[in-house]
Amino acid sequence: MELFATYVLGPLGEMADNPAGVVETVIGGLGNGFLYALVAIGFVIIFKSSGVFNFAQGAMVFFAALNFAGLLELGLPWYLAGPLALGAMFLFAVLVERVALRPLVGQSQLTLFMATIGISFLLQGFGEAIWGGNPHLLKVGLPEDSLFAIDYAWGQALGLDIIIQQSDLLAIATGLVMVGGLFLFFQFSRVGRALRAVADDHAAAMSVGIPLQHMWIAVWALSGLAAFVAATIWGTKIQIEPTMINLALKALPVLILGGLTSIPGAVIGGCIIGISELLFETYWGQPLFGGATTEWFAYLLTVPVLLIRPQGLFGERLIERV
Amino acid sequence: MRRVITSGVLAAAVMAATVGVTHAAEEQYFPLLVYRTGPYAANGAQLANGQIDYLKLINAKGGVNGVMVKWEECETEYKTDLGVECYERLKGNGKVAAISPFSTGITYALLEKVAADQNVLFSMGYGRTSAADGRVFPWVFNFPATYWSQATSIMKYVAEQEGGADKLNGKKIALVHLDHPYGKEPIPTLQKLAVDDGFELLLYPVPPTSMTDQKSIWLDIRRSKPDWILMWGWGAMNPTAIKEASLIRYPMDHFIGNWWAAAEVDVRGSGVPAEGYIGANFHEVGAKAPIFAEIKSELYAKGQGTGPEAELGEVLYNRGIANSAFTVEAMVTAMKKYGNKALSGEEIRWGFENLDITQARIDELGLTGIIPPTKVTCANHEGSPAIKLQRWDGKSWTVFTDWIPAMTDLVRPLIEADAAQYAKENGIEPRSCES
Amino acid sequence: MLYRETGVFHSSYAADQAIFKLPQDRYAIAFWLVVAAVVLPLTVSNYVLTDLLTPFLIMAIAALGLNVLTGYCGQLSLGTGAFMALGGYMTYKLVTALPSASALIGSLTGVELALPDPVILGIRPFDLWFLAILIGAGLITAVVGLVFGLPSLKIKGLYLAVTTLAAQFFLVWLFIKVPWFTNYSPAGIAPAPPRTLLGLQVTGAASPPVNRYLFVLALTCLAALAVKNVTRCKVGRSWMAIRDMDIAAEMIGISPTRAKLSAFAFSSFLIGLAGALWAFVKINSVQTDAYGILVSFQVLFMVIIGGLGTVLGSFLGAAFVILTPILLNIGLTALNPGLQALGLPAFEVAMIKHIEFMIFGALIIFFLIVEPHGLARLWQIAKQKLRTWPFPY
Repeated sequence: MELFATYVLGPLGEMADNPAGVVETVIGGLGNGFLYALVAIGFVIIFKSSGVFNFAQGAMVFFAALNFAGLLELGLPWYLAGPLALGAMFLFAVLVERVALRPLVGQSQLTLFMATIGISFLLQGFGEAIWGGNPHLLKVGLPEDSLFAIDYAWGQALGLDIIIQQSDLLAIATGLVMVGGLFLFFQFSRVGRALRAVADDHAAAMSVGIPLQHMWIAVWALSGLAAFVAATIWGTKIQIEPTMINLALKALPVLILGGLTSIPGAVIGGCIIGISELLFETYWGQPLFGGATTEWFAYLLTVPVLLIRPQGLFGERLIERV
Repeated sequence: MRRVITSGVLAAAVMAATVGVTHAAEEQYFPLLVYRTGPYAANGAQLANGQIDYLKLINAKGGVNGVMVKWEECETEYKTDLGVECYERLKGNGKVAAISPFSTGITYALLEKVAADQNVLFSMGYGRTSAADGRVFPWVFNFPATYWSQATSIMKYVAEQEGGADKLNGKKIALVHLDHPYGKEPIPTLQKLAVDDGFELLLYPVPPTSMTDQKSIWLDIRRSKPDWILMWGWGAMNPTAIKEASLIRYPMDHFIGNWWAAAEVDVRGSGVPAEGYIGANFHEVGAKAPIFAEIKSELYAKGQGTGPEAELGEVLYNRGIANSAFTVEAMVTAMKKYGNKALSGEEIRWGFENLDITQARIDELGLTGIIPPTKVTCANHEGSPAIKLQRWDGKSWTVFTDWIPAMTDLVRPLIEADAAQYAKENGIEPRSCES
Repeated sequence: MLYRETGVFHSSYAADQAIFKLPQDRYAIAFWLVVAAVVLPLTVSNYVLTDLLTPFLIMAIAALGLNVLTGYCGQLSLGTGAFMALGGYMTYKLVTALPSASALIGSLTGVELALPDPVILGIRPFDLWFLAILIGAGLITAVVGLVFGLPSLKIKGLYLAVTTLAAQFFLVWLFIKVPWFTNYSPAGIAPAPPRTLLGLQVTGAASPPVNRYLFVLALTCLAALAVKNVTRCKVGRSWMAIRDMDIAAEMIGISPTRAKLSAFAFSSFLIGLAGALWAFVKINSVQTDAYGILVSFQVLFMVIIGGLGTVLGSFLGAAFVILTPILLNIGLTALNPGLQALGLPAFEVAMIKHIEFMIFGALIIFFLIVEPHGLARLWQIAKQKLRTWPFPY
């Protein structure tokens, strides 16, 4: 009973006492969640059509951010540096397909997964060799300040004391635009349809004349674009240095929760994890468990979900035959 | 195929040239455990540049009493296992002066190794606090002040601002710290002070693997509204914390970083003005000391500087100089007893233990303000700890207090108790310092 | 011609079931053992012994452990680092709580017993307590590994890998948060107290590098022997059946629960042992910093690059993953004086690190392309070549 009071009633009571704090936490979590989702989308795009579990997605975000920041430091305006950094990601996509994936066609999923970890090392080393090991700042002029409701007439009228970080709003908006764009792309564009065909059935797609290798370049370029977008948003919040790759690891539980093959799943998974881990940390982790529970909460959350739905919330059902 | 052969020939030529390099008369060897890559690189690079520039200057001026110094860098990435590997790799390459890993984790891993190998471990203001007890840790030196002492000095300042230690009763003090040996070091002392003075200590650990993700911490700080925030941060954690603090509009003049959390790179990296942010320090900032004129004329004017010239005088660069300067002074002290030659580990250790740097000596070296006057004894490897505080005005740091001495009477018994427990656990017989 | 099975006859079951059936294999393994146990300690420097060979052997134990789980039983795990950490912390807790066998008996019965401890030829044959501690720590790790293996009954493949990340992050967090694990050390770092085995000091900074190396070598050989034998008996075969097709295995009467959980337990035991050695022999303190997620990936690399489901592969993989970065780093650094002598700019330490990363990543991709089944496969191919030489057609 005492335990119940400490671990359930206490935190819930605190939430009820200060609803503005809950709103703040939820919005913050949503912002985090969309950032995770931006990385997770990159994973899904590649996994869906080629079956490669691309561990290098985090390193790709880091690499894109490094390129962008480095070019800006050279004095290029953002409208030149951005496309150049994006171009580097496309070039990278072509190279990955040529050098790593083509020779590994037909290998087991595990081998391909390992190869992407190799790519991750390579990218990190290469990016830092070019731009130096020091942390960089990525300042493109995107809004990054925080908004205080109390500063505005409506906030004062409602007596609301909440902070909303502009970068969170930006992440949410970008995530939604990204999902919308990808939906249109996969639904209506030629390449998008071809990609869906490839995802459905490699052999059938090839037999109707869809060039598989071009498609792989296309998916890697697309996830490079996703990485670039994630890097730009992320860069408004934090410095560009290698812990970024670790942060991108958070995309793994997001991905698994949402199901490996679903882009909306990645976004919804991101929201669930972003909000729940921040709520848990704020009301349970910090006061009761000594903090830093965001390290593991997302991973632990996926376990019970997977026990009920082994393919994730929105993943395609796994069918096994002997 | 031809390309393979060409590169093979080139490699062979390089190898041959490597072998051809001859060794001069015996030099004192500085194995430098540095980190110039990874999330701590911004801080580590400046420390390393300062250390190396001072050693270069020593050589340019004819060595330490004629004994030249040489050094080698090894990249640790601030990781313990790599640090240990680096130590083992470098320790046999010459007569070691002192090891300074600039990482509390690596320092802990090396505590016994240096004792077994008879090398001095000089953890200047970091590492294991209880190593200040020279009876249990003869080979480890952590002057000019340990983390525990530093924490008490900072709390003295806080108490003063609040109008006396009795006014701290009922206040909330938050510690935002790296969830790593380094960040956890000051906690026992602060907890003791919290009991003594009656303030509430709130702990906010930042995990090293995701130290740029601090949203939950600062949302919570916004809710708990601590009166003061202390920060034990390092690497990419610092700029993130400073930025988050400014995003929730926490009053910066109530936010105090320890001396590893208050460098130019930390505030610049945050991208916010952070005016009023306070940091601890044990030396001056800025390239004012006479040594900088020499460094500029002897090294940078000749294109031999290690880092960018603009970073001369910055906090961590100066600290790198202090680290080398202390070690060299220990050599000078030892040479008075053992003669002007490359010294063995035991001889250097004697030099460290009998170190007595006066203000006059510091001025003579041109290091005014870069190192504090220091006197080390057999039992006390911490010296007489004191700190100064500096304030960020949006562009640069300015020291604004005089020396704030630590509460040694409170810290020293804690140090001795912890050292005694360590000695018991590891079967070490503390040596006697009475002679 | 050079290597062949023909002409070797076994007249007993024992001979037929031997691990090395061919005299050539036996000679070869004896040769390598002599090299490892006698020649290397006598010839190489202490640095090579303590920082190249010892970590290689310790990681080989970890790789053997993960190979049991991933290579033989087909369950992907990214929690290796945490289980190593658990082994390290448990060893620390046990050595400090129970410094000797008589202390254990004393605390259980209340009677202080002086156990016999004779000295014969400079060694104390009854001084085996540290070994018992290591086994104890391994068993605790095995139990925890088993608990974290429970989701594997339902979750498979990459999904399982992500759930094992939960173990990785949760356990490491726990060791940082709960001061009990480090006996309330202020910085949360436990020292590695010096301990002896057979009267020889095998842990702690003051122990001779040779002692540490031979101690680890002996344990590695035992671990390899254990893995080899367990995988040849019933339980090992059930693991492989589960790996190859779990539904089919279940239909022929193999219990997936028992097979998977026993694989998790055995694998965690070895990984815990490796973690204990990593703390006590290699870095000389127990700290979470040395057991991060990167370690989990490193061990997985060893298993995959070395070869899934082979003992030899665990060794080859460990050698590759542990030695390549260090040797690259040393090699590139060693080029510097030469480059300077030739008037070229020297590599800076940071640049060396970046190049090391790039080459390491590229080598991983290269090996996966050249031999997706691992380095151990190369030995299979070599054997085939030797068999048919000089008339391969």
